[in-house]
Amino acid sequence: MQKIPQGPGSPRVDHLLIAEMVEPGSRVLDVGCGDGALLHLLAETKSTDGRGVELSRERVNACVTRGLSVVQGDADRDLANYPDQAFDYAILSLTIQATHYPKTVLENLLRIGRRAIVSFPNFGHWRIRAELLFTGRMPQTRNLPEPWYASPDAHLCTIKDFAELVASVDAEVEDAVAFNTSGQRLSMRRSIWMQNLLGEKAVFLLRKRYTG
Amino acid sequence: MPVHPTLADVETDGGQNLRLAEANSPSSKVLRLPESEPLRLACDQLLAPISIAYETYGQLNADKSNAILICHALTGDQYVASQHPVTKKPGWWSTLVGPGKPVDTDRFFVISPNILGGCMGSTGPASIDPKTGKPYGLNFPVITIGDMVNAQARLIDHLGIDQLFTVIGGSMGGMQVLEWAASHPERVFSAVPIATAAWHSSQNIAFHEVGRQAVMADPEWCGGDYHSFGKVPRNGLSVARMAAHITYLSEDALHRKFGRSLQERSKVTFSFNADFQVESYLRHQGSTFVDRFDANSYLYITRAMDYFDLAAERGDVLANAFRGTKARFCVVSFTSDWLYPTRESREIVHALNAVAANVSFVEIDSNNGHDAFLLEEPEFFATIRGFLTAAGTRRGLKV
Repeated sequence: MQKIPQGPGSPRVDHLLIAEMVEPGSRVLDVGCGDGALLHLLAETKSTDGRGVELSRERVNACVTRGLSVVQGDADRDLANYPDQAFDYAILSLTIQATHYPKTVLENLLRIGRRAIVSFPNFGHWRIRAELLFTGRMPQTRNLPEPWYASPDAHLCTIKDFAELVASVDAEVEDAVAFNTSGQRLSMRRSIWMQNLLGEKAVFLLRKRYTG
Repeated sequence: MPVHPTLADVETDGGQNLRLAEANSPSSKVLRLPESEPLRLACDQLLAPISIAYETYGQLNADKSNAILICHALTGDQYVASQHPVTKKPGWWSTLVGPGKPVDTDRFFVISPNILGGCMGSTGPASIDPKTGKPYGLNFPVITIGDMVNAQARLIDHLGIDQLFTVIGGSMGGMQVLEWAASHPERVFSAVPIATAAWHSSQNIAFHEVGRQAVMADPEWCGGDYHSFGKVPRNGLSVARMAAHITYLSEDALHRKFGRSLQERSKVTFSFNADFQVESYLRHQGSTFVDRFDANSYLYITRAMDYFDLAAERGDVLANAFRGTKARFCVVSFTSDWLYPTRESREIVHALNAVAANVSFVEIDSNNGHDAFLLEEPEFFATIRGFLTAAGTRRGLKV
C-alpha cells in the first residue's frame, strides 16, 4: 500500500490523487472549488488553466482575491451554461453528495469535460456501516460531522452505488482509487467489495463511453 | 450672460459658467480630432471635429502593456483620482485609484476619458457646433454606448496602445467595458464590468424617462436651446437627479441614514417644506448636481444607456458577443443593488461561461445599493486588487 504524505497544512489526499490524474497544461473546471486549494495545487504542480464554480459567496471572493478565476454559482443549476468539451477535465471533489441532482451534475461534467474526475466520501465504509448497525442511528463521523438534519450532504452513496451511477450515464471508469482513513491508497487488486468496505473516500477518473 | 463663456468670464460669474467653460476648454488633457477624422455614429451620422477630454495617472511602461482604461458612469467624468475643477471635490474613484491603491498608479498607467456626449470637455451637446458657433443643444446627434467606446478607441490609438491591460467601470462604465470586450476583443486583455448589465431593463428605461420628462417640462429648458437664452432648466434637472438618486441607494441605506427624522425642527409643519431630512438631502443632491452637469448631456447619456443591448445586435444571443474572447473577466455585483441586480450580472457570467471564457464573478455583500461601487467596500477592493494582480502576473507585468 502506498502512503500519501500528510501533515498539517498539506494538500488533501483526494486533491493529490486528482492532481496525479491530470495531464500538465490542461484546462480544468473545478465544480464546488471551495477555497480554491485544488485549483491552486493544480496550477502549481501541473500548470493548468483552471476555473472554479463555488456556491459560497465568501469562498468565491476569497478565491478571486487570490487571483483564481472562480464564479459564484450552483452546480445543480449553472453547469448547463457551459459548452460541450470546453475543458480537459471537469472535477467534482467531495461535492457530489451535496448536490440535489447528482446524476444530472455527473452528466454535465462528462459533457463539459473530455474527462470527469469525481471524489466522494464512501458511505459503505465499515465504520459507517458499524455505526448504523450498532447504534441504529445515522452515522456521525470525522467526515460526516453534522447530525442528519443539519448536514449539507443530500445524496450520500457508496463506491458500489457510484459505480452503478457511472454505468447508468454511459461513462467508463479509466481509473479509480480508494483510500483508507489514514490516507493509504487501497490496492486496485482488491475487489470492489473490499474497497467499498475499507475505503473512506474514493476518486474516479471517468470518460464518456463512445457509442457508435 | 455669454453663450459660451471662457475661463476668464468665470472669475466673476462662478458655478454655471465654470461648468460651461469646462465643457469647451477643460482643465484636463484633450485630444482634438480634426474635421478630416470624423466618427461614424450608430445613427449613421458623421461627427467631427471631436474633442476627447481625459486624464492620465502613472506611467506607461516601455511595451505599453500596463494601460488601464477607466470608464465612468452616467454623471462621472475624467477626474477619477484628481480634484474636480468645478466642485473642488476629490476624484470620484480616488479611494480605488491611486498610488498603492487597488488600481495602483505606481504599477499601472490609468487613462480616464470623459465620454462622448459628456459635458466636461469631450464633445457633447454643450460643445460649440462649429457650423453655427453656438452650443449643439438638440442638434447633437443621438449617441450610443458603442459610439462612446469608438471615441475612446481613437484616444487609445492616439496614445499608441494596441491592447489595454484592463478596461474597468461601473454602471454605465460597466456597459462600456462590455462593449469594449464585444466590439474590440483583441484590444482588451482583461475586463472588469461592475454593477452593470448587458442590456438596459425596461424598469431602468422607465426611470430615465421620468428624468428626461422632468428636464423637458421645465420652461427654462427652452426646447433644448437654454444656452442661447442664458437659462438653465434647474428645477427639471434637479428633479431628474433626485429621482435617479433614489435608485442609486437601497431602502436600507436610506432608512439607516434618515429614517423619518425631521430636518431642524421638532414637529411637521403641515406644509410642503422639506420637513424630513431625506427631502432636504434630495433637494441638496439635486441642486448641487445642476451646478456641475449639463441638462442636455443628461438627456443624451440616459438615451445612450436605454439603447444599450449587447445581445440585440448579435442575434439576441448574448454569448455571441463574447465568442472567441481571450480576455479575462471579473464581473462584480452588489447584494442590495436593485438598479443593476445580481441576476443581470449573472446573465453576463452565463454568457461568458457559454463560450468557456475566463471569468471570475463575485457578489459583494453590501447594503449601500447601486452606489456601493463608488464607496470603499473592503471586499470589493480586495477583489479588484487580487484580480488585477493575478492578471498582471499572467501578462508578465513587473510588480
